[in-house]
Amino acid sequence: MQKAILSGDEAVARAAWEAGVSVAAAYPGTPSTEILENITTYKDDIYCTWANNEKIATEIAIGASIGGMRALAAMKHVGMNVASDPIFSAAYTGVNGGLVIVSADDPGCHSSQNEQDNRLYAPHAKIGMLEPSDSQECKDFTKAAFELSERFDLIMMIRMTTRVCHSKSIVQLDQRENIQAKTYVSDPQKYAMLPVNARKRHIAVEANLEALKAYSYSSDINKTEINDTSIGIITSGISYMHAKEAFGDSASYLKLGITYPLSDRLIIEFAQKMKKIYVIEEGEGYLEEAVKALGIDCVGKQLLGSQGELNAQKVRIAFGLQAAGEGYATDKTAPPRPPVLCAGCPHRGFYHAMGKRKDKILAVGDIGCYSLGVNAPYNGFDIAICMGSGFSIPIGLSKALEMQNDTRKVFGILGDSTFFHSGFNSMVDAIHLGANVCLCVLDNSITAMTGHQENAGTQKNLMGYEVPAIDILQMIYSTGIDQTCVKIVDPIDQKAMGEAIDQALETDGPFVIVTKRPCALLKEVIKANKGAHCTVDPDKCVGCKACMKIACPAMAFEGKKANITDEASCTACGLCMQMCKFDAISKAGI
Amino acid sequence: MNLLFTGVGGQGTILTTKILSEALVHMGYDVKMSEIHGMSQRGGTVNTQLKYGTKIYAPNIGEAEADIIVAFEKAEALRALPFLKKGGSIVMDEREIYSMPVLIGQAEYPHDADEILSKCVEHVSVVPASRIAEELGNIKVQNICLLGALVKLLELQDINWDALIAQSVPPRMAEINQIAFKKGYDLISAKKELT
Repeated sequence: MQKAILSGDEAVARAAWEAGVSVAAAYPGTPSTEILENITTYKDDIYCTWANNEKIATEIAIGASIGGMRALAAMKHVGMNVASDPIFSAAYTGVNGGLVIVSADDPGCHSSQNEQDNRLYAPHAKIGMLEPSDSQECKDFTKAAFELSERFDLIMMIRMTTRVCHSKSIVQLDQRENIQAKTYVSDPQKYAMLPVNARKRHIAVEANLEALKAYSYSSDINKTEINDTSIGIITSGISYMHAKEAFGDSASYLKLGITYPLSDRLIIEFAQKMKKIYVIEEGEGYLEEAVKALGIDCVGKQLLGSQGELNAQKVRIAFGLQAAGEGYATDKTAPPRPPVLCAGCPHRGFYHAMGKRKDKILAVGDIGCYSLGVNAPYNGFDIAICMGSGFSIPIGLSKALEMQNDTRKVFGILGDSTFFHSGFNSMVDAIHLGANVCLCVLDNSITAMTGHQENAGTQKNLMGYEVPAIDILQMIYSTGIDQTCVKIVDPIDQKAMGEAIDQALETDGPFVIVTKRPCALLKEVIKANKGAHCTVDPDKCVGCKACMKIACPAMAFEGKKANITDEASCTACGLCMQMCKFDAISKAGI
Repeated sequence: MNLLFTGVGGQGTILTTKILSEALVHMGYDVKMSEIHGMSQRGGTVNTQLKYGTKIYAPNIGEAEADIIVAFEKAEALRALPFLKKGGSIVMDEREIYSMPVLIGQAEYPHDADEILSKCVEHVSVVPASRIAEELGNIKVQNICLLGALVKLLELQDINWDALIAQSVPPRMAEINQIAFKKGYDLISAKKELT
């Protein structure tokens, strides 16, 4: 049998193909992005697409499922908040073709704005849930999820975490199953969720969950491992790996693969054999509360806490297997190394120009590469909550400032992909309400932060086919905003950028700035810039450090002079040249 | 065996870990590799973790759990120190890459990180991999040079490394990477004879 080293994300993609999935959709978000990216490997068999947001991705999958095909939607944990609206109601309708939602959680906030534990969604939304702990299980459980979805007429969720998504381990590969499409038969009582139907479907979904719960007792997706019975550990997902590594064979394990609905019977029978029960889980005390609700005494969150990512060592220390602080330490610490805007990044020009007018502006950011503008020296914005909020928080914030006679103008900042995700909805309201805000679309022609995914503004789709690019400007003008209150600028051009911001500050009411310049890391941009870089004439450089204010990673101040220390990453964007009053910087290699 | 690779976005830590994983699977080990990327691509710290043995459970390494830290950058070696197990080894490049807080004068770069580490850790090998790579004409092969040093240290000779490297990099880069590997490999053996 063929073997491969796959990440959890790659294994889910492989499982989708093997399970005969026909439609897959997602909005990119770390750590889930690679699922759809890898599904493109099978684009001859699977129609796969990025959607503008997670709700739309889920609805595309729901449509395919109702239409009789197996379908998958993938998202990061916070994406499930966006998708929760269709999920909660489609949970009632159930499925036709199997329907699997993948939620990739991020304990430890490696690349997210919160640490929410999406296991709690499963009971709330009334969907089944499986939790894989390694890549092989990612593949096995995803395939099982499609079968269970069809067998029990339920939406199934695969709940992953960063370490499951981004860890690689050995996986056995199989062939694609020949899944027969299910003919769509008109059935509004099942699929049209008006009150009269929804009340009946609520009864149906509860019954289906009960049936899955009964199945769960004897399913081999849950594993009981009896060793020494003085300690019994109830766990799931990646936490099993940490528990197993910490306790080895000195404890027994109930490793739950089906974590909603939980098999009460399985938990009770396991607990009865054990002297003591530990519940080892990352995030919330989801399993622990369920175990306690069965009247079983157990220890878990009081020792492990609910913050951050677990590892075996944390488990050892929490349960007294090892003392803390056994490694090395020195007094000297490494300087912080936060992620930064890349050399040649268009956002740098925007933030620098805005920073020069900082006392007149209160800015709200959003989720994307431009989030990095929060760091020094830009200190570009004070607030960032979630996708799209960069254009709606300013509506309320500007009102609050106005009520307190604070004359600062509120700026909202988001990118092209976020604009399509939900930013446009917010913009419509801001313009409709006449809010005194400046909305800035930092259009770099790609979904950059997650590694260059196509979006509605690009001319290619995920599968590489030519598609019509949706014009952001036409969308903005469609709101009916006075066109003199919309400025399109190259953000590297500091004169134009500054003038646009000044005009926004002078305008009472909504103003829109669209910065247009593609991401410096796009292949075609790199190709066009090949060999081009800036260079500093040391004889002209007086060491005033004006160019250092833009914080370009291709530059450093060495021996009392500025220098382009990383010519390879310098794109000759020329922003540093505009900072220099002594004409010491020029372009070379063009 | 628990290995922690640390560097700065773009240094090739992930590729190095992938090549080593591939080799270890060929050798019959159970292997788990864990990487954290996303925001770290943009000039931030990149950590990849590789564990191998007869049976591996957790993919990630906690503090005081790494047998070897392979640091592609000097300050990152210092940052990773809490992850080193007592008695473990550090293989580090002397390369310095300034982070933004250093570039804008908000933080100081620890130029003496290698000396500090050598004082408190018994087994520190400073490998001038980036210097070797530059001499070979491509700074990018720094990672494979470090891989060579690591392979020597781990005594993983029973693999056709040249072939594995060739299939892991673009064809025109194969030879220079193979040379870099050999130079890194030989450096560790020379050192061992000295001590």
